[in-house]
Amino acid sequence: MSDATLETFAASRRRSDTAERRLRRRYAAERRFRIYGAVAIATALTGLAVLLLSLVSRGYGAFTQHVVTLDVHFDPELLDPEGTREARALGRADYAALVKRSLAELFPEVTERRERRQLHALVSSGAAFELRERVLANPSLVGSRRAVSLPLSDDADLFFKGEIQRGGPELERRLRDAQIDWLDALASQGRVASVLNTRFLTSGDSREPELAGVWGAVVGSALTLLVTLALCFPIGVASAIYLEEFAPRNRFTDLIEVNINNLAAVPSIVFGLLGLAIFLNAWSLPRSAPLVGGMVLALMTLPTLIIAGRAAIASVPPSIREAALGIGASPTQVVMHHVLPLALPGILTGTIIGMSRALGETAPLLMIGMVAFIVDIPEGLTSPATVLPVQVFLWADSPERGFVEKTAAATLVLLAFLVLMNLAAVIVRSRFERRWS
Amino acid sequence: MHWILTATLAALTAVGFALGRRRALALASGAAGRLHSRPSYHGTFVALAALLPAAALLLVFFVSGRRTVASFEFVSALALATGGLAWARSRIHVGLRARPMIERALGALLLLCAIVSVLTTAGIVLSLIFEALRFFQLVPFTEFLFGLRWSPQTAIRADQVGSSGSFGAVPVFAGTLLITGIAMLVAVPVGLLSAIYLSDYAGLRTRSVVKPLLEILAGIPTVVYGFFAALTVGPWVRVFAERLGLDVASESALAAGVVMGLMIIPFVSSLSDDVIRAVPQSLREGSLGLGATPSETIRRVVLPAALPGIVGAVLLAVSRAIGETMIVVMAAGLAANLTANPFEAVTTVTVQIVTLLVGDQEFDSAKTLAAFALGLALFVATLGLNVIALSVVRRYREQYE
Repeated sequence: MSDATLETFAASRRRSDTAERRLRRRYAAERRFRIYGAVAIATALTGLAVLLLSLVSRGYGAFTQHVVTLDVHFDPELLDPEGTREARALGRADYAALVKRSLAELFPEVTERRERRQLHALVSSGAAFELRERVLANPSLVGSRRAVSLPLSDDADLFFKGEIQRGGPELERRLRDAQIDWLDALASQGRVASVLNTRFLTSGDSREPELAGVWGAVVGSALTLLVTLALCFPIGVASAIYLEEFAPRNRFTDLIEVNINNLAAVPSIVFGLLGLAIFLNAWSLPRSAPLVGGMVLALMTLPTLIIAGRAAIASVPPSIREAALGIGASPTQVVMHHVLPLALPGILTGTIIGMSRALGETAPLLMIGMVAFIVDIPEGLTSPATVLPVQVFLWADSPERGFVEKTAAATLVLLAFLVLMNLAAVIVRSRFERRWS
Repeated sequence: MHWILTATLAALTAVGFALGRRRALALASGAAGRLHSRPSYHGTFVALAALLPAAALLLVFFVSGRRTVASFEFVSALALATGGLAWARSRIHVGLRARPMIERALGALLLLCAIVSVLTTAGIVLSLIFEALRFFQLVPFTEFLFGLRWSPQTAIRADQVGSSGSFGAVPVFAGTLLITGIAMLVAVPVGLLSAIYLSDYAGLRTRSVVKPLLEILAGIPTVVYGFFAALTVGPWVRVFAERLGLDVASESALAAGVVMGLMIIPFVSSLSDDVIRAVPQSLREGSLGLGATPSETIRRVVLPAALPGIVGAVLLAVSRAIGETMIVVMAAGLAANLTANPFEAVTTVTVQIVTLLVGDQEFDSAKTLAAFALGLALFVATLGLNVIALSVVRRYREQYE
């Protein structure tokens, strides 16, 4: 080693304190930067966890419901004074009176009008309908005395779920003190039970939270998505084939491509405006119909599907095409017999993902009037309907306390459908998609 | 009647296929090899000749408003179908070039489908411009663009007090920008740092777990976010602000903005992940070889190189935030306050479109037409952002290819 290098070495040793400090600072900065990244990911995931937890904790209650067992005397005097046992006479009878009488038997001390009304308010107005259904299904019930489980009102249900507290000023509570005493009495007699709320999954919308269900919205979503799929899949696949396999390289093709890319970024509500102006006003198609909803969603999903379809078609290696052309297939036959079947899994994956996005879409459907209060289960493509996300929106807007858990539960149902669809996409991808190496 | 007609047409199409195929085979006396095209192409030829004219006629009926299938529609469609079938069947001969004909028809069909998306854009632009022009005949363009008061209630009676209805959209635009700004304050740092961590620090296993989890955020429907914002985050914001001794509206811009930011995180992170990973490895290695720490490499080499792509990603995210509807409809307010205070209620373009159009549907009032003017503004803004973002990203990509 020469003297010169020794000297610089010594000089660098003299500076080592500063260098050391600087190095420590740099390493600390390195650690900090790493932590920022980890914190960012933790923040995002915490947000996700809080979102899902808040939905589950608010919504799981809607899948159970409290019922009260009452001894109902199916009084022939009241139900069928003429003794004909005809369905028409039985259907018109006053079943709410049966419920009121059973309650009066349990609480004979309640005589004042206002108190009686408060007592009756504890049982859902759906109880009368349920008794009617039972009698119509089995007219021999008339005259007998049965213990029947009937749904409680939403306030009573919330009370037993612990959502309405006992304490606090009476007037700020949904239940009066007397009502709470009666509920306690019913519970201590073992008349109140928590059962699975099948009504939530099998019935349509209702003004009464305890009677409302998502089935109407589920059917509406299914019909709407059916229209979307029927329009979107053929048109999307055809566009993808055209652009990927047949389109000449010219200005017009460029226009289509740029147009599709930009259409994918247009806010969904603008598609709703399009549907309102053209489908409803210019073509005067029916409002609130799954047909129009499906058409709007199809236009909205189309760019997604075309982009996914093009990617799938482009990933089929050229050697397949060349081999088919080489043994005399026409270009159309090459695409129809070889490229398309091989690209189909990828196209299907894209389609399912596009459909799951359409299923969660709300805003454009508000524009075309799928936001009405609809009790009946939709029967066809032109009957008024609503869809699951819009049902969530409607219930979230409702001032009734009881709808909070219904809303959260409806979002859980919606998320369950989305999970199923995405699982299907994953399965299609892993089972059928071929990796070309 | 609809169903009978559809079923009859379908049956005629099937019959046409069978007849054409049989006819071709019969003409070739059973030896398909003598035909120019295979028999099923002849069948398809006849089937299409039966189906297409009738379908076109029905489409014309549909668009021109003759929706009910009465005897005239029924008979004319069926006559066209049978006529087409008979004509096509008579045209079949051994040398008929059925396959090229079918393929040309198919090509035309494919082109037609590809044009649907162009027609969609045209439909959007035309309907927005047409209705917006009608609006600007009622309300001057400058008042809409620069007016400071937004209260779209038009008078029911002429002598009503305070019912003139004013359409100055500045408070609405300001509210949109405020909420978008809050969303970006959440989404950009979190999304960008997540992308950096995932691309340059995380191991393969962490990446394969965390990335799909983040993507879940993108898959949750916006109405669910809206419910979350209105019912969970909103009250938290109120409690938080009351602790600070601030006055808070029940529907604050902050709640909507934060939840929207949460929704947009995966959008920012996956787009910036792509551009960060596209930065050539040689740049990183050069920097590390000179003694830079990984974070110095990222901040001084990778991020500057990826900057155009990241800017593009952020612009796309902004355009997404501006167009987002359900979160703000459910969690932001209706009152058009011109304010920069995130604890106050503000309104956005999308909220106003929804409130103006849901409910009554008189199509000639300034109130409903205003929604289309707002829609046009929204469309122009998002389209502009998107075009800029895509061109920025494309230029950046070319740089390293």
